[in-house]
Amino acid sequence: MKLSVWLRPVAFVAALLVLWHIAIARQTVHLLPGPVAVAAGIVELARRGLLLKYVTASLFRVTWGFTAAAVFGIPLGLAIGWYRRSEMALNPLIQIFRPISPLAWIPISILWFGVGDMAAIFLIFLASFLPLTVTAMNAVASIPPVHINAGRNFGLSQAQLIARVLYPAVAPQLIIGLRITLGIAWLVVVAAEMIAVNSGLGFLIVDARNAGTRYDLVVAGMVLIGLIGLLLDIGMRSLEGVKSLRWGYSED
Amino acid sequence: MEATTVVGVRPIVSHGLKVERALRVKLRAEGVSMIFTRDSDQVRVLDNISLEVGEGEFVCLLGPSGCGKSTLLNVVAGFISPTQGQVRIGGESVHGPDPRRIFVFQERGVFPWLTVEGNIGFGLSKLPKAERTHRIAHYITMVGLLGFEKAYPQELSGGMKQRLEVARALAVNPDMLFLDEPFGALDSITRLIMRGELLRIWEAERKTILFVTHDIEEAVQLADRVVVMSARPARIQGVVNIDIDHPRDISSRRYLELRDGIFEQIGLAHKV
Repeated sequence: MKLSVWLRPVAFVAALLVLWHIAIARQTVHLLPGPVAVAAGIVELARRGLLLKYVTASLFRVTWGFTAAAVFGIPLGLAIGWYRRSEMALNPLIQIFRPISPLAWIPISILWFGVGDMAAIFLIFLASFLPLTVTAMNAVASIPPVHINAGRNFGLSQAQLIARVLYPAVAPQLIIGLRITLGIAWLVVVAAEMIAVNSGLGFLIVDARNAGTRYDLVVAGMVLIGLIGLLLDIGMRSLEGVKSLRWGYSED
Repeated sequence: MEATTVVGVRPIVSHGLKVERALRVKLRAEGVSMIFTRDSDQVRVLDNISLEVGEGEFVCLLGPSGCGKSTLLNVVAGFISPTQGQVRIGGESVHGPDPRRIFVFQERGVFPWLTVEGNIGFGLSKLPKAERTHRIAHYITMVGLLGFEKAYPQELSGGMKQRLEVARALAVNPDMLFLDEPFGALDSITRLIMRGELLRIWEAERKTILFVTHDIEEAVQLADRVVVMSARPARIQGVVNIDIDHPRDISSRRYLELRDGIFEQIGLAHKV
């Protein structure tokens, strides 16, 4: 049974690849490279030593930007959610910043950090920071008062209450928020790399088009982005299987 | 030593025959009023409530839904401060929740991220490990959760979660328990079993219990005294001594007499 669960999407993707191949082979206009050309492109990247280099570069930027956002955004969101008055004060500001696409910050991040890793990392930080802050805020606000009251009733100090009630109560929602935000960060790294740097998968796509219209490499870059995004999501999802967190995902 | 009386209220059923042990007063609420302000509207929820509960006594607060009896329990437990009046427990005035007095919520109060063991041990973190393990094991047995030590609450039934919460409360050895409609969400069979369990535990450990319910039968089955409250703003309408020994025969004449007395007190003809 377990095999067939895995087999189904694999078989479906294989069928799509075959269809893609046939469709490209049957027409003469150059709309899209076929799957074989794309695979060859990926092999070529690997042979030139660019595959690992670009993937590492992109992951490096996401890791730093996303981690920094989590380290600052989550505690801030928890604090805002915990002290209701600060939520009233800060919420309008958050709602003003939220609709500004992280990509709108590209000129400013280049102005501040120049063209390079820091600019890209800063953009990912910006893209992840508010979603994580808001997730943490909402997670705190949705803790049932009975749990907080029970914690206080057993004589917990404020610090103990945070460690033993607040943190475990918000953990499941935080993990969902982290998973969704990592997806956003991964989207933004590609866009940031198209402008602010000269390595990484986003750069690969722009560069392959500019330097010789290598559309096989453009699509190869897209495929790699998709596959890595899938792996990141699977990795985050596996956290949801942790036993002491699972209560947060059941529909009760 | 003071006799257990209710300040300012005359018991509606008084039986001269009842020879009460002279109970030491455990809890005394004096002139407690509670006014909530919502959008500049003032809602009076509790109106000048005075009440005494003796040590080791089982008292039910009985009233219609939404009358404010839960608010009174929250005031007494120290979760909210009254607008007027004060609550004294064991001579000290109440300024916040205290591990010597545990509030049992409906079964939702157990921590879903902890196992049965983790929940029962929640209030025991200051104890040495051996003592802690011993107590957890003792209360797991007492509430009949043997074999479920490592289970998470979502794997338990409603009745089991409720027993777990009672066990978590008892494990810290409080002198008082506040129970807020603890069996309200259970099916009627489980509810009957739970009442029996609670009485058994109460008789074994002699905690002072303040129990909120809107169920007249439940109040008469459990309590030494039933404090009947009016609809909002809650006032004490009367206090009924339930002078029947446990285990109570719930078809005995005296039981029915007391029960019907309360029905009348609340203004309900006992007919459907």
